[in-house]
Amino acid sequence: MTRTPLRPLARILQARTKGENPDAIERENIRLRHEQMRDRARLRAEGRLLVLGLFFFCAFVVVGVRMGMLSGSEPSEPRASAAGASILTQRADIVDRRGRVLATNFETHSLYAQPQQMIDAERAATGLVKIFPDLDAEDLLEDFTGKRKFLWIKKKISPEQKQAVHDLGEPGLLFGPREMRLYPNGSIAAHILGGASFGREGVHAAEVIGVAGIEKFYDKELRDPARASKPLELSLDLTVQAAAERVLHGGMKLMNAKGAAAVLMDVHTGEVVALVSLPDFDPNDRPRPATEGVASDSVLFNRAVQGVYELGSTFKIFATAQAMELGLVNPNTVIDIRGPLKWGRHKIRDFHNYGKELSVSKIIEKSSNIGTARIAQMIGTARQREFLGQLGLLETVPLEMVEASGGRPLLPPNWSEISTMTISYGHGLSTSPLHLAAGYAAIANGGTKVTPTLLKQSGPQYGARIMRPEVAAASRVMLRKVVTEGTASFGEVRGYNVGGKTGTADKPKEMGGGYYKDKVIATFASMFPAEDPKYVLIVTLDEPVETSGDEPRRTAGWTAVPVAAEMIRRVAPLLGLRPEIEPARAAGITLTSN
Amino acid sequence: MRTLFFVLTALAVIGLAFWAYHENYNTQQAIAETEQVQRDISQARQRLGVLKTEWAYLNRPDRLRELADINFDRLGLLPLTPEQFGHIDQVAFPSNEVLPITDPVDVSGMDDVRGVDQ
Repeated sequence: MTRTPLRPLARILQARTKGENPDAIERENIRLRHEQMRDRARLRAEGRLLVLGLFFFCAFVVVGVRMGMLSGSEPSEPRASAAGASILTQRADIVDRRGRVLATNFETHSLYAQPQQMIDAERAATGLVKIFPDLDAEDLLEDFTGKRKFLWIKKKISPEQKQAVHDLGEPGLLFGPREMRLYPNGSIAAHILGGASFGREGVHAAEVIGVAGIEKFYDKELRDPARASKPLELSLDLTVQAAAERVLHGGMKLMNAKGAAAVLMDVHTGEVVALVSLPDFDPNDRPRPATEGVASDSVLFNRAVQGVYELGSTFKIFATAQAMELGLVNPNTVIDIRGPLKWGRHKIRDFHNYGKELSVSKIIEKSSNIGTARIAQMIGTARQREFLGQLGLLETVPLEMVEASGGRPLLPPNWSEISTMTISYGHGLSTSPLHLAAGYAAIANGGTKVTPTLLKQSGPQYGARIMRPEVAAASRVMLRKVVTEGTASFGEVRGYNVGGKTGTADKPKEMGGGYYKDKVIATFASMFPAEDPKYVLIVTLDEPVETSGDEPRRTAGWTAVPVAAEMIRRVAPLLGLRPEIEPARAAGITLTSN
Repeated sequence: MRTLFFVLTALAVIGLAFWAYHENYNTQQAIAETEQVQRDISQARQRLGVLKTEWAYLNRPDRLRELADINFDRLGLLPLTPEQFGHIDQVAFPSNEVLPITDPVDVSGMDDVRGVDQ
């Protein structure tokens, strides 16, 4: 580049001769040179901006095209990944404590129609009715010839049915893959499992969602892909559950009861080993909720968890245990039981007249309402309420089922002294059999709270201490005496040393206004083996009546107790408990080894 | 020298292109094989799932109970009862007599082992 001098000699000399300032020429030249430099710099900057703009334009075009391609194309799995094989099904299995399948998935097909592709709609409709007798040929034909472009015919069909439909040769009938939930054991544990149905449906897949029970409670976890189809292990034992259901069903029929419930729970871990509510249903074909009548009469109603009843005299042991814990009484303290006990306009009576006074142990054994009410008076309202609250009898049990929140105990609206007295023998406070199981488990395991759970536990899950071990032990001795000498004499099972308490409560009328005279809820709350209990068993019969004698008998001792005893006889060996001869009391022999 | 360099570069490019082409096809082949294996695995798992379900269905307590009832004459199966628990004392000691050898097998070189067993 040729450089223009800032002070060209010719012009300077010329300017000097004219008497002008030669510096002006230099300034002018500097100005021109700067303008040139500025123009060059601008050009370069503009060029760079253009390149940058082009670059960004291209980048955005690439991103946009890619996004368009992604949104316009069918999603596909990455071809060369090794991880895809671990996810099997969209919903994890549910197994019992020994790994036996309670709920699993099954590949099947759905059947849908696209009428505009149909060749012979009439033939298709008649052919379909032959395969599925529950369909109506005229309705189908109307759908096929109408304006509809798409309709579902069957949500789930078997391979045989699929082949039969395939053989119709109709191109307008199409199949989509479906994963269905299957409960191979039928109605066993139906109330716990609940059921499943389809959520959002498409042609190629459908969501399987839980609609009740543990399926709904753990819906998210079971469907979580990160779970990689790891099965959900329940605390239930399928064999024990099946045996318990069979015995309870037989007992319910024999005692002419309209419903029954049983809870078998491990006292140390809180694991519910069996939970039965009868009548039951088949979760593979879950009935629709009843729209009329009383909800508690539906087969879907879980009496063991949702059903809150006044459970009668089974509550007495809580009153005596608390009195012993507070040091107010000991098993031999004598209580005045002359009746009827009057409080305001209420009168408390006993089933029989048991004389003038009884020891605390005998009060439990004979099931004296008056004696228990007197003990409750000694305890007082505030302390009783606190104790029952500690046992978990005043709030819902956090069991892993959606129905558990429905089992909210019914407390007296005004917890007065008369409420305290009636609650001590199980009237005025309604709880579910599961609550009672949790309460008895606290006595059985030596005085600590356990929370019932449906999930398999690895070891004892002791909660807060509620009573001293000595008090729990003394209570267990009393409960054992109820079976050996008291109201639950039918509860004796050789080798298992059952301890327990009967409870017979009149049923309140649904519409309010007092109690039925001839309808009761009979309950037997038991634990076995009594000297070191492993399990508690609650058996509740709804409106039982035993008619082998001259007059109908409804007390729990005649109805619930024999059923519970038979259940223990059947279930205890399955639980691996060896029958043992009851150790003699105070024999002064120390067991050094067995 | 320069020409040689250009020729060599061109050859290298051709060689690399051939190698990349080859590798690409090898990879495609490997992916196809993997996919086939994955499909086989998934089919096997599906089959396993169906078999497990069927096993659970055939072993459902209701069916076992019915089978036990039907075959009661032959098998005489009853529910487990507490009386069936035995005591270790009730099991007789095995007799010390050595059973007569009726079907001798040549075990030369295993004398020591047999000696330990007895």
